[in-house]
Amino acid sequence: MIINHPLLGPRDAAEFTYLGDASLLARPDWQSETAAGDFDAWLHLRDNPAGEHRELWFHEQGDRSWLIVTRNTLTHEITGVEMARDGAPARGTDT
Amino acid sequence: MRYSGFRVIMEGLRGNTGWQPVWREPDPKPEYDIIIIGGGGHGLATAHYLAGTHGITNVAVLEKGWLGSGNAGRNTTIVRSNYLLPDNQPFYELSMKLWEGLEQDLNYNAMMSQRGIVNLFHSDAQRDAAVRRGNAMLMAGADAVLLDQDGIRRMCPWLDYDNARFPIHGGLLQPRAGTARHDAVVWGYARAADARGVDLIQNCEVTGFHIEGGTCRGVETTRGPIRAQKVAACVAGSSSRLMSQAGMRLPIESHVLQAFVSEGLKPVLPGVVTFGAGHLYISQSDKGGLVFGGNLDGYNSYAQRGNLPVVEDVCEGAMALMPMIGRARLLRMWGGVMDMSMDGSPFICKTHIDGLYFNGGWCYGGFKATPGSGYCYAHLLATDQPHPVAGAFRLDRFTRGAPIDEKGEGAQPNLH
Ligand SMILES: Cc1cc2nc3c(=O)[nH]c(=O)nc-3n(C[C@H](O)[C@H](O)[C@H](O)COP(=O)(O)OP(=O)(O)OC[C@H]3O[C@@H](n4cnc5c(N)ncnc54)[C@H](O)[C@@H]3O)c2cc1C
Repeated sequence: MIINHPLLGPRDAAEFTYLGDASLLARPDWQSETAAGDFDAWLHLRDNPAGEHRELWFHEQGDRSWLIVTRNTLTHEITGVEMARDGAPARGTDT
Repeated sequence: MRYSGFRVIMEGLRGNTGWQPVWREPDPKPEYDIIIIGGGGHGLATAHYLAGTHGITNVAVLEKGWLGSGNAGRNTTIVRSNYLLPDNQPFYELSMKLWEGLEQDLNYNAMMSQRGIVNLFHSDAQRDAAVRRGNAMLMAGADAVLLDQDGIRRMCPWLDYDNARFPIHGGLLQPRAGTARHDAVVWGYARAADARGVDLIQNCEVTGFHIEGGTCRGVETTRGPIRAQKVAACVAGSSSRLMSQAGMRLPIESHVLQAFVSEGLKPVLPGVVTFGAGHLYISQSDKGGLVFGGNLDGYNSYAQRGNLPVVEDVCEGAMALMPMIGRARLLRMWGGVMDMSMDGSPFICKTHIDGLYFNGGWCYGGFKATPGSGYCYAHLLATDQPHPVAGAFRLDRFTRGAPIDEKGEGAQPNLH
């Protein structure tokens, strides 16, 4: 598979490591009443779709940026690549 | 029809005209006591033990393709019970014992071959881990032998003992482990279940569930609706897709695992050997082909085929372990879709929907579990109580903070 890096152009997928569903960026609110259940679901449950999947890839052997790749899990075809920092919800930057 | 050596000779003399189809091809009835979704090894084993052990025969197995068209027909056939954790090892040892009596139970030659598995270690730390694992196995009633380098040399003189980076210090041997012929296991269970009256319905995909007031009362299929008292999902790599029809999200990701087989060679491998410095397991089939595999490709996939980086990685591991493999030609390679769970361990449990049961999350280790999984799933379906050795295989174990993480990797399915 070739991942078309927004900054570096086409790169071999072997340069990257894979984390999983991009919804992992949407970390639950720890102050919410339902935080315990929210964190359990966030950490453990997955949609795991057959078809289009937005997912996190880390360019470990390259510029060490996180990318959100849109890929079809039935065909491995990649239809979109963006920088994760552009797609991440603003709240995720809280310290 | 009972199979025997005598029967083979008689049929040979009669021009093999007396053999009959191994199972019936019934149309689905409108209602069953229990519907099993998925005609892989686990689904068919469940049907066999429901009928044989619990006397429940008004059962259908619904399979979207042909029996054994999923992972049951794609795996590298390793059977072992060398687990560590107390929630796992007794289950796999029960499965191992069922394997040992399987052919007599099914009256079918599954080519079960107990030639042993040896897990090599290459450092002091790995040796300590092997000792600990061996002790855990012995405590669960399994067999384990610690071998030093000479012991390994006697078994496999042609491994690369001079590898400066990964010297082979020894290995943990389970003599009762081995391999079985995967298709024959499927056919044997199918034949035995069919003979007791279970309907095996192929080309019948489940497309939805009938859920009324929190109770599952049947399924929608490509061959029409079928009602049932109990519905038992057992679809391995398709688990998330199927259970999403019941509104469930599972602690599972689907990943592709590849396998490889070389041209047929004279006997070189006594049993199964695994490399401890990379991920590689290798055995030799009865036809002589070297059967081997390694890591997952590492990203979500339903494609049943993998990509080239993992081919390279697996072949590098094979070369590092036994350089002579470089002279063998690769005959075939293929992939299967694994139901990778969040802790690498499986599920055999009820769901929050009454009458709907779930079996899955077998990762790449479910072939060895086939008899045990069928046995324990049948127990759960028949009695509504978990079998004692499978009591921890529940979907809610993450919520309770009680994962069964053999490898200690955390909730990262592609690392298990
Ligand atoms: C390359 C590879 C190597 C492996 N090596 C080993 C090994 O050495 N040792 C080991 O122990 N395990 C191994 N495994 C794992 C093992 O094969 C699986 O864990 C096990 O086969 C899963 O159980 P099963 O046989 O019931 O699955 P499957 O055979 O996949 O059965 C599931 C069935 O459900 C059907 N199905 C899916 N959706 C539907 C639907 N909606 N309606 C009706 N039917 C449906 C599918 O068509 C399929 O036939 C390996 C797997 C692979 C892919």
